[in-house]
Amino acid sequence: MSPNPRRLVPDLVILAAAVGLFFVFPYDLAFLTRILIMVVFVLSLDLVLGYAGIATLGHAAMYGTGAYAAGLFAIHVSADPLLGLAAGAVAGAAIAAVSGLIMMRAHGLTLLMLSIAVAQVLQEVANKARPVTGGADGLRGIRMEPVLGIWEFDFIGRTGYWYAFTVMALVLVMLKVVVASPFGLSARGIHESPARMRAIGTPVYARLVAIYTLAGGIAGVAGALAAQVTSLVSLEVYSFEHSAEAVIMLVLGGTGRLYGAVLGVALFMTVEHLAAAVDPFNWLFIIGALVLGVVFFVPAGLMGVPGALARLGRGR
Amino acid sequence: MSGLEVNGLNKSFGGLTVCKDVTFELGPGDRKALIGPNGAGKTTLANLITGIAPPSSGTIRLDGRDLRGLREPQRVRAGIAKTFQITTLFKRLTVRENIRLGVSERKRQGLKLLRRADGDRATEAEVAELMHQFRLTRHADTTVENLAYGQQRLIEMALTLALHPRILILDEPAAGVPTSENHLIVEAIERLPKDLAVLIIEHDMQLVFKVARSIIVLVNGAILTEGTPREISRDRQVRDLYLGAGHG
Amino acid sequence: MGTILNILVDGVAYGMILFMISVGLSVTMGLMRVINLAHGGFAMLGGAFVHYFGAVLGLPFVAAAAVAIALVVLLSVPMERVLYRSIYRMGELQQVLATIGITFLMIASVNLWLGSSLLPIRLPDSWTGIVDLGFRSLPMHRLIVICVGLAIMAALYLLVEGTRFGIRLRAAVDNRATASALGIDTGRVFALTFGLGAGLAALGGILGAELLPIDAYYPLRYMVLFLIVVAVGGMGSIAGSFLAALALGILQQAVLYLVPDFGTIFFFCCVIALLALRPQGLSGRV
Repeated sequence: MSPNPRRLVPDLVILAAAVGLFFVFPYDLAFLTRILIMVVFVLSLDLVLGYAGIATLGHAAMYGTGAYAAGLFAIHVSADPLLGLAAGAVAGAAIAAVSGLIMMRAHGLTLLMLSIAVAQVLQEVANKARPVTGGADGLRGIRMEPVLGIWEFDFIGRTGYWYAFTVMALVLVMLKVVVASPFGLSARGIHESPARMRAIGTPVYARLVAIYTLAGGIAGVAGALAAQVTSLVSLEVYSFEHSAEAVIMLVLGGTGRLYGAVLGVALFMTVEHLAAAVDPFNWLFIIGALVLGVVFFVPAGLMGVPGALARLGRGR
Repeated sequence: MSGLEVNGLNKSFGGLTVCKDVTFELGPGDRKALIGPNGAGKTTLANLITGIAPPSSGTIRLDGRDLRGLREPQRVRAGIAKTFQITTLFKRLTVRENIRLGVSERKRQGLKLLRRADGDRATEAEVAELMHQFRLTRHADTTVENLAYGQQRLIEMALTLALHPRILILDEPAAGVPTSENHLIVEAIERLPKDLAVLIIEHDMQLVFKVARSIIVLVNGAILTEGTPREISRDRQVRDLYLGAGHG
Repeated sequence: MGTILNILVDGVAYGMILFMISVGLSVTMGLMRVINLAHGGFAMLGGAFVHYFGAVLGLPFVAAAAVAIALVVLLSVPMERVLYRSIYRMGELQQVLATIGITFLMIASVNLWLGSSLLPIRLPDSWTGIVDLGFRSLPMHRLIVICVGLAIMAALYLLVEGTRFGIRLRAAVDNRATASALGIDTGRVFALTFGLGAGLAALGGILGAELLPIDAYYPLRYMVLFLIVVAVGGMGSIAGSFLAALALGILQQAVLYLVPDFGTIFFFCCVIALLALRPQGLSGRV
């Protein structure tokens, strides 16, 4: 298989969009950076939910743990951003491995409840561990050193933007490799038929824990990015809304295809940004209608729209 | 001895005995069929052998090794594989991906993250060979859900064979396949590796008599008799109990 | 001793509220194989209507409650027909999303109508007193809640065990395809069950407003609590919901009294342990 240049088109579009947005909206870099961080988070969710079919509403557990780990690491150990990302990844993976051992035996409602409960417990632990985490006031006093000792984090957020973009791009490339690997194929196999995977000799439970742990590491990176770029970690990182919104964005874009995560996050957060600025309360009407619209009319998400149109055109 | 030895196998659920003192052997190259009326315990017996359910008593040995305590995935790796009565294929994956999954999991490549699933030359050669053997090459890149039922049964066999079993259990390989496509299944069974030990659980007598060299008749969880197709077809008890009832 | 009794009384009352709100959810989830996150919305709507009829229009409490419950039932049945009927056929993830979407719309509607502040419900004066039981005095409200909860459990038991509807319901929970093949109009069973469940949730929301205060964000705030009752009790089980609601109610009050600082952590850790040990819940099915 020779690398097909057409496969790189979406990546080039993303790169071009990132460069374009940087110059067109130089004063919205903080918001654009939040989008990039969310993309990393939702990419991690796509591995779990889109590829392996693990229904979860508690993905914030790993994001939040990564955020606190990176924040505390920066304050107490080293303010180097890359080491901080590694700390976030390890923390996210560790919490995923431990909770995955409990969760991956369950299905359906029980799995959903376990995933929510884990995130709630962690949120409450962070709340009570006030001397360490700052509790409800949030973890403050995070000051990062320049990235690679060269690029200083600035007020407008230029460094933060390109830093987050680079991490996002690396995560995207890594996940493209992973989902095309035998490991990724086995995740799709488990999604399709766990019983058959067992019958071909795969230890399904252990494999699920492995997938969840890997995704946990990536979610931890997303949390760490957020902590470093915003210099703040609040209890909200663990919130149910955070997990639920990630699922909504993923399904909006389309599950199990990675670029769906990028598209869904970008669209959702842009609409939210504009609508919430106009009328924060009635925003829920829009998002509620949006979610129902997607589920009822484009169940495959935005990434599925071209295919659906093509089938329509062929008269099927 | 080499092959499968089932000895004094019993299984009961509550007060109901579904498997009674079953003893038989299955050696390399065997083509044995397991027949019996509905509810005779054929599927239960298969589940006991593959490790989906534990027996109440009795032993199952593979090449002299007791399989007690080994769960389904471990038994697959020991060499026992089974096709499913109702297909549970990976419906939204292509034929090629289905079989590739079988090969790569057998080779324990499932934890490899950084190389392409389609990048291993030996694996791809094996996948191509299996697709060729089961006449599936034409459909290689079709998703399974878009294929006819008969074809799905063939994928089922190819995927199971990808596990390199020494004992292959075919659970109703022709279930749901239209009679006109039955010959596809028969041919596929005839093309299986000669030294493979095959146990065929089947309703369809015609198919059984075409492919089996020995037949075990199971009634109410117990073995009624075992013999060659010729002996079984002449057995009065079998005629009365099974053939008579089923084909009368 | 006094503490233990307080925990028990408050816990049982709390459990009864959870039972009333969750039982319909459990039965519909077991019956239709649907994951429904929007059920708490019916409890909120019940409370919001009573607030509106009582505090705004000045209707007496019992009348307001009766009208509110009737309205919720009338609203829920067409919702079942129009929205949920398609949701039953979706995959797990789509069900989660669709019902989150419905929850958001419910929140936004109540928010638009009555605002985002607390919606107080004025109970009749006779409910706010203390009853002397001879050996012990109890708040009247708790006593009423407990009695209503027990009455509902008894009524549901009679309904499911003793009526034609109950037989159909059990048949449909057990095996929907067989039930339809036997000529049971499962669509009707679904709609009736859904309406009944919504009505009970409204009742629970109204009676429980003192423990779970009503506001627009109610369905999201307590979503997890109600779903946990279902998960712990086992989907589709009335008795399971009852046991789970009581156990969780008592657990919740116990941790509130005994380890107030770590109540939430303790509560969720218990739930995680329970679900890890019994993924199917306390009792599998009806």
